[in-house]
Amino acid sequence: MWSMLTESNTQWVLFSTMILGIAAGAIGCIAYWKKQSLMSDSLAHASLPGIVIAFLLLGEKNFLVLTIGAAISALIGAVFIQWVISTTRITEDTMMGIVLSVFYGLGIMLLTIANRVGGGEQSGLDTFIVGQAAAMVYTDVITMLSLAIAVILIIVVGFKEWKIYLFDPQFARGEGLSLTFMNGLYTLALVTTIVIGIQAVGVILIAALLIIPPVSARYWTQYFKMMLLLSGLFGGLAGVIGTLISTFGSGLPTGPFIVVIATTLFVISLIFGKEKGILINYIQFKVHQKQVNLNQLEERGESR
Amino acid sequence: MTHAAWIIVTASLVGVSCGLMGVFLILRKMAMMADAISHTVLLGIVVAFLVTREISGPPMLIGAILAGLLTAFLVQWLHSMDIEQHASMGIVFTTLFAVGVILIATSVGNAHLDINHSLMGEIAFIPFNTTELPIVGEIPEATALLIFAFLIVLLFIVGFYKEWKITSFDPALAASLGIPVLLMHYLYMTLVSITTVASFDSVGAIMVVAMLITPAASAYLWTDKLSIMLVLSGLFGVISAVTGYYIATWIDTSISGAMAFAAGLVFLICFVCSPKHGLLSKVIRPIKSEV
Repeated sequence: MWSMLTESNTQWVLFSTMILGIAAGAIGCIAYWKKQSLMSDSLAHASLPGIVIAFLLLGEKNFLVLTIGAAISALIGAVFIQWVISTTRITEDTMMGIVLSVFYGLGIMLLTIANRVGGGEQSGLDTFIVGQAAAMVYTDVITMLSLAIAVILIIVVGFKEWKIYLFDPQFARGEGLSLTFMNGLYTLALVTTIVIGIQAVGVILIAALLIIPPVSARYWTQYFKMMLLLSGLFGGLAGVIGTLISTFGSGLPTGPFIVVIATTLFVISLIFGKEKGILINYIQFKVHQKQVNLNQLEERGESR
Repeated sequence: MTHAAWIIVTASLVGVSCGLMGVFLILRKMAMMADAISHTVLLGIVVAFLVTREISGPPMLIGAILAGLLTAFLVQWLHSMDIEQHASMGIVFTTLFAVGVILIATSVGNAHLDINHSLMGEIAFIPFNTTELPIVGEIPEATALLIFAFLIVLLFIVGFYKEWKITSFDPALAASLGIPVLLMHYLYMTLVSITTVASFDSVGAIMVVAMLITPAASAYLWTDKLSIMLVLSGLFGVISAVTGYYIATWIDTSISGAMAFAAGLVFLICFVCSPKHGLLSKVIRPIKSEV
């Protein structure tokens, strides 16, 4: 069992899911503050038809091409959501639900066709649904790694810009920062993170890797920089441990294990977190209660 | 009835029950809750299977209802702990879904439940699994479950029409009139879970979201009256289901996927052509006002 760890392929896969987790945790923070956590879920599902169309056009599973297909399809979904909510009275959450399910339905339609006509080549396409990190080969890992590192760099280099863009858009505009450009960059980074994560985590669960770490990080800090770091750390941990567990079992899907680890970290943060964690809240409540009781006793003593 | 007729009847039942439920989901701005519940219902079904070791109506229904209520409850609870609604929803459903998938992958195996089946549904196999009912005779089990779900949905919508209307449009007024708003919320979540699990076998976990939200959103573009919206939404649901079936047989592909796709097409047509909110109306109206 442990001998698998020394295999170079496993090491590469572990390393790449770690970097993926860090990228997802970091971009997830920005999505969290834009109140768009569920958008990542919607875009992840919307990428499925792109993957299958890219495969049908190319006839083989080239990770880079499939990723580009996924990104185009997810971007179409994002544009359609924006278009409908800006022209009709349909709300954002409704539109996210529609794009999510209809694009996914289209993806399943195409996937059924691909399974019929694809011969043996398509056999791995199903793994895009619940994720199978072990199915990645060396070139996939390299593509995934470089794109994930690019996303992390975008966030780190533009940290100051992201911060004012999120917390004070008016000031950002005053400073000459183009909000349209930042919105575009944000959507691009979000879509990139989602589509490179699909192979490892799957279209259904990749959203969790963007949603859960930022919320967990929120329980430890009030500073955006710390939140980004912690969220990246939690994401990376979830990626590595989840992949490890799924590698030990034969043919176990990776995505669900990554999500369960991320949730475990969340529950730990929820209970023991320094900021508003359940335990600290309870202790503060008890201390406060004691103080109030003491004060009341003193008052009573004085009045007597 | 023939094989194809049963499939069309079953698909239409999915369309009409989901269409009716979806109207309130949209009006209460809880569309993503449908997404959340449709994912967590999987866990309910898996646990029900692990406990009873059989896939049949009643245990599945109970498991699904419990899972749906658990989702609604957990989302509310996390929200009360200062977590944004969207984030708490995202945490709850992905986690419960992940646990469901892990249980399927490890302990249940491929014997009766498998991940692909529960995500995509397999409406084509529905006519093979029949059950005997009094009066009507032999009908497919999934269809019987759907008829049951449809009747319950209809009963609650007709029976509490006024209450739903007030709670959906003005919760504060509803509360001041003495309508138990929280109870109605959980009752509603129960109904969504029942509809979801009944449709689950036919269209799977994710396409049920398409059937819940899309027809209702399409209907929302046509009318301002709740009663008309309900009728239209049910109608759009049936149209999507039947069209989806024919698209699927035409190009030989997944029926449930085609149903979701057809629902999307119906929405697209409404988005373009609707007299009040559609794209065309925005082009035509300025011309009229100029004249």
